[in-house]
Amino acid sequence: MSTFLGLPTAPRGVGHLRGSEPFPVAARRALADSQLRRNLAVATTTIRAKRAAVVAELPDWEELREAGQAIKAETMRHLDRYLERLEAQVEARGGTVHWARDAAEANAIVTDLIRADGSTEAVKVKSLVTDETGLNDALAAAGITAYETDLAELIVQLGQDRPSHILVPAIHRNRAEIREIFLREMGDVDPALTDSPAALAEAARLHLRRKFLSAKVGISGANFAIAETGTLCVVESEGNGRMCLTLPRTLITVMGIEKVIPSWRDLGVFLQLLPRSSTGERMNPYTSLWTGVTPGDGPQRFHLVLLDNGRTAALADETGRQALHCIRCSACLNVCPVYERTGGHAYGSVYPGPIGAVLSPQLTGVEDNASLPYASTLCGACYDACPVKIDIPSLLVHLRARHVDEVRRARRLPSAEAITMAAAAWVMADPRRYAAAQRAGKSGRALSRGGRIRALPPPLSAWTRARDAPAPPAMTFREWWRAEHRDRP
Amino acid sequence: MTPRDEVLTRIRAAIGLGAAGPPGGDRAADASRQASPAPDPERPEELVPGYRIRGDLDRARLLDLLEARLIDYGATVRRAAGPGLAAAIGTALTQRGARRVVVPSGLDLPALPPGIEAVPDDGLTPEDLDALDGVITGAAVVIAETGTIVLDGSPDQGRRAITLVPDYHLCIVHAAQVVELVPEAIARLAPSAGRPLTWISGPSATSDIELSRVEGVHGPRTLEVILVEPP
Repeated sequence: MSTFLGLPTAPRGVGHLRGSEPFPVAARRALADSQLRRNLAVATTTIRAKRAAVVAELPDWEELREAGQAIKAETMRHLDRYLERLEAQVEARGGTVHWARDAAEANAIVTDLIRADGSTEAVKVKSLVTDETGLNDALAAAGITAYETDLAELIVQLGQDRPSHILVPAIHRNRAEIREIFLREMGDVDPALTDSPAALAEAARLHLRRKFLSAKVGISGANFAIAETGTLCVVESEGNGRMCLTLPRTLITVMGIEKVIPSWRDLGVFLQLLPRSSTGERMNPYTSLWTGVTPGDGPQRFHLVLLDNGRTAALADETGRQALHCIRCSACLNVCPVYERTGGHAYGSVYPGPIGAVLSPQLTGVEDNASLPYASTLCGACYDACPVKIDIPSLLVHLRARHVDEVRRARRLPSAEAITMAAAAWVMADPRRYAAAQRAGKSGRALSRGGRIRALPPPLSAWTRARDAPAPPAMTFREWWRAEHRDRP
Repeated sequence: MTPRDEVLTRIRAAIGLGAAGPPGGDRAADASRQASPAPDPERPEELVPGYRIRGDLDRARLLDLLEARLIDYGATVRRAAGPGLAAAIGTALTQRGARRVVVPSGLDLPALPPGIEAVPDDGLTPEDLDALDGVITGAAVVIAETGTIVLDGSPDQGRRAITLVPDYHLCIVHAAQVVELVPEAIARLAPSAGRPLTWISGPSATSDIELSRVEGVHGPRTLEVILVEPP
């Protein structure tokens, strides 16, 4: 496990932050799946248009982004203070606060709380953080069944699949595939079920209704937690969140420590930024806010689990820290040309897309997700779309540098890339050497067809494995200049 | 060290030392247990930049905007002036075919049409609520720009379960409760920040299947709003 300033990263062997193979390998397989690419293209095109329309409605969108960024930066500067305040406020209102250093500790806390309630099952609101910790697997190992109640998470759970998008975890499935999963796995479905989204949503409603009405324990994540008031916030669309947050007698909320925001007023900024960036709606259908326990209304036992799991390691990197500002809207996924083609599974982590490429390696240590900072063309679309202005392209470059430094330290011998760079520096330092190298480069034209080189010999083949190289011009710039200025002084 | 102390110590190491030290050292263990400096009680001005905190629509336009936004997200809207409220409620319930609706104790309702029973919430179970035809409530604050109704659990709105389990929600909104912008609603709600709040924008919906919006999943599948204007 690597450390940054000696701060531990998320441990191996638990949760879903690491893929089983590097991004280029997984991406190659995903790209071969034409159904997946079609599903992704339809979905991301739709959501981009919806987002653009509702963002354009607000004359102060840029000011809101600035405010969101400033609030998050302020939170990180005093994170210890805001968490202590949140803890005090939640406990003053009858809640209990637990702290978990890592995924395994969080899973153990939740397992013990469900056992203490005397239950063997729980209903869950869609929650990335419990997916990060692998909570469902841990509960299953303890004999506790966790029911995912968000429609997309239900599709993923019934299909024994992995989520592939932050907002729409089943974005890789189309309606026909979903119908098949429901018919096969639900057990209580009318075989005449059609594949219209309305019919599929109705099937999910009927399937989960009894579970909701009899649930004893609910498990949720949190979108925001307000330090000033001790208030937790969950945004959702279907009402499954309200069911899980309202009907059970015990509610367990797991949140990353970076989700705290300082004050009540800050909520007004994020409740404008998040839905418009996320689902492309002016406001999501349901937002639930609760503070500790309210006698006579909702769960009478409330537990809040605050999770580190590598977040403090990210916090220690002053540049990398801004990845913790993320409000999980998924706008960066939807605008990313790489995500649109590979989908989320290729990233290996529960956090896919551009934000995942900068968050996952920081949570796990760069060496455990070393290919992710390179899973980008650095086009910058993610930065423009981010509601809290996370400079993802700069973060990607920063993490690439960290990766190179770590490799260099670890292996002592210079890498092929370092040797190439040193050689290039030597060539470029002298005009005659540089001119000679350019002339020599022209011989590369022999490899080209149609102005492009599709395969270079090793070690340069590493470049052309994933992209074409442009053919060198017939004439170098210096030669052209001399020819052009022959008659002039 | 307890997990709590350890996480707080890690945070202080991370924000106190920044990225100055080389990776690989064991700085967390040496880090001072000193807390970060207290945040400025008067938040720095940079945290309240120029986003809108006050709307500028007059009352008539405000209500028109609200109506348009509610309809856009699939709610039904009726308008009523003061004494017309009873008729509007009657028509809504009759057209819905609702016979037994739960009504929170603090909601001051005109007489319902014959044949429609107002059921008091005297500890109804989720199964009881599931068997009812709907719920009638007031509202705490309503946001025109987003078409959002905020419930705060006051006696005219009741506990959260009653607006969740029944499949039909009839919400009575008074013109004075309507604000234009989200930050205005946040300001009005500040005194009730500790209460359980539910923000409702249209009926329950999902876009989880191919991002095509379907109205009506687990929450009430029909949301109807009566907008009451002063006579």
